[in-house]
Amino acid sequence: MLVKTIFAGFGGQGVLLMGVCVATAAMNEDKFVTYMPSYGAEVRGGTANCTVSISTDEISSPIASSPNYVVAMNNPSLLRFQHIIKPGGYIVTNSSLVNVELGRSGVTQIQVPGSDIAEELGAMRSANMVMLGAYAAVSNVVSFQSLIDAVGEVTGKKKKELVEFNIKAIKAGHDNAKEQIKKLESIEA
Amino acid sequence: MKNKEKRLMRGSEAIGEAAVRAGCACYFGYPITPQNELTEYMARRMMDTGRVFLQSESEIAAINMALGAASTGARVMTSSSSPGISLKQEGISFIAAMELPCVIVNIVRGGPGLGNIAPAQSDYFQATRGGGHGDYRTIVLAPASVQELYDLTRKSFELADEYRTPVLVLADGMLGQMMEPVVFNDKEILPEQLPDKPWTVKGAKDRPSRFIRSLLLDVDVEEEQNWRLYRKYQRIERREIRHEEYYMKGAELAIVAYGTAARIAKAAVKRCVEKNMRVGLIRPISLWPFPYEHIYKTAETVKHFMSFEMSTGQMVEDVQLGVKGRAEVLMYGRPGGVVPTPAELFRVISRAYNKIAREK
Repeated sequence: MLVKTIFAGFGGQGVLLMGVCVATAAMNEDKFVTYMPSYGAEVRGGTANCTVSISTDEISSPIASSPNYVVAMNNPSLLRFQHIIKPGGYIVTNSSLVNVELGRSGVTQIQVPGSDIAEELGAMRSANMVMLGAYAAVSNVVSFQSLIDAVGEVTGKKKKELVEFNIKAIKAGHDNAKEQIKKLESIEA
Repeated sequence: MKNKEKRLMRGSEAIGEAAVRAGCACYFGYPITPQNELTEYMARRMMDTGRVFLQSESEIAAINMALGAASTGARVMTSSSSPGISLKQEGISFIAAMELPCVIVNIVRGGPGLGNIAPAQSDYFQATRGGGHGDYRTIVLAPASVQELYDLTRKSFELADEYRTPVLVLADGMLGQMMEPVVFNDKEILPEQLPDKPWTVKGAKDRPSRFIRSLLLDVDVEEEQNWRLYRKYQRIERREIRHEEYYMKGAELAIVAYGTAARIAKAAVKRCVEKNMRVGLIRPISLWPFPYEHIYKTAETVKHFMSFEMSTGQMVEDVQLGVKGRAEVLMYGRPGGVVPTPAELFRVISRAYNKIAREK
């Protein structure tokens, strides 16, 4: 099993943190894992992305030329990564901000209004956590519980109440995505 | 189950933490991408532990500060990326001549010139042939994972002390930037717990003066010093060769690759083996000393080698020196900061392998 995911958005949306949380969860499940951030001559407010590879075997390249999952937090992310997703793969989009149409077939799109859900909960900046929950529901690559634990481990160093809020956000995203998957499955059935 | 000792670490942080836990007392840095995270990490950790962190005014200043600090016996480290390492070469030559222990990290980027900040392996010649002027070598270790960045950085401090010689850790932006789980299999040493070195210069109260110098105007003295260094390098060549093998049993084609390229090669070789192709991998971990002898022995039965590098071909010359004409040596490389995919390398290997099979 080798699962590659790209988390993408603009700088400040916390996409790198999403990757670190998933990677930490996978490590704690004793899986092989690599996390690779995009780095380069980026501009403030520009794009940011990271690739997380999770496997039961040693991982060769931490780069993903054809990821199984893409989590797109904004329009440029969808446009940039939609065509490299492996056929049969998934793209999870933050539909609060992503309004361009998916320009390809052969992949499943799950649309979760991450920013709106986060705002309803009380902190728009937690949209990344909502989307992380949605990703967990779609991919099942790490267990929901180890993801929650990992978020606590990664973000809990400073503020305990932030961890609780994050967990609430993850659950909300998870539930929203689960709902949609159920609907999709009933259509297919 | 959750292993408390396992930590998800960035490659550059693993280098820094290994240095701290090895009792590194002084770090001298100067910013350059893609190794800034190491300098950043050291800024935090060295200050926290009450040690010396110094961001110098240039790479040249940093390596000379390392030289000075090393002459007092302290464990020291400096780091940079390709163009910055070029600037340090004069200092490295002096450190080799003065027989001082020093760890130098090169997070290689695409070159020549300023090049770019993408992962590359184009500094192989510079690293393994001394790099600066004069008759000297540096030990060069090439990690291929974040765990190895940790383990081999730690090892570098030990080798530097044991042989009183500069040791180079050669990695690239991919290894430096990526995160992987790391387990600390070692015991932390504090700088003050390190044994005293009998050759240091830090004040000669109540004892005769000592000298550490590289200017030896008398040719006889300089010649003797060169032979002394030579004998030391021979000792290192006998004792410090490190390499790893993967699916080499029964292989007809041996891929030779190190660092990031070796990770990619491993995946490609695995796919070859799954398709019943007799392909294996030799991964040099020490680039100097290079596993010539091992490659020579392998070439007794394996008649085809392929050096795979993220350059136009540098290590391939060492592979040729290793096989000594006993086997064919092919080369596949991608320079300029391109990281080839395992699928691309698999296609290249398949083509070569099928050609070998046809000609048999």
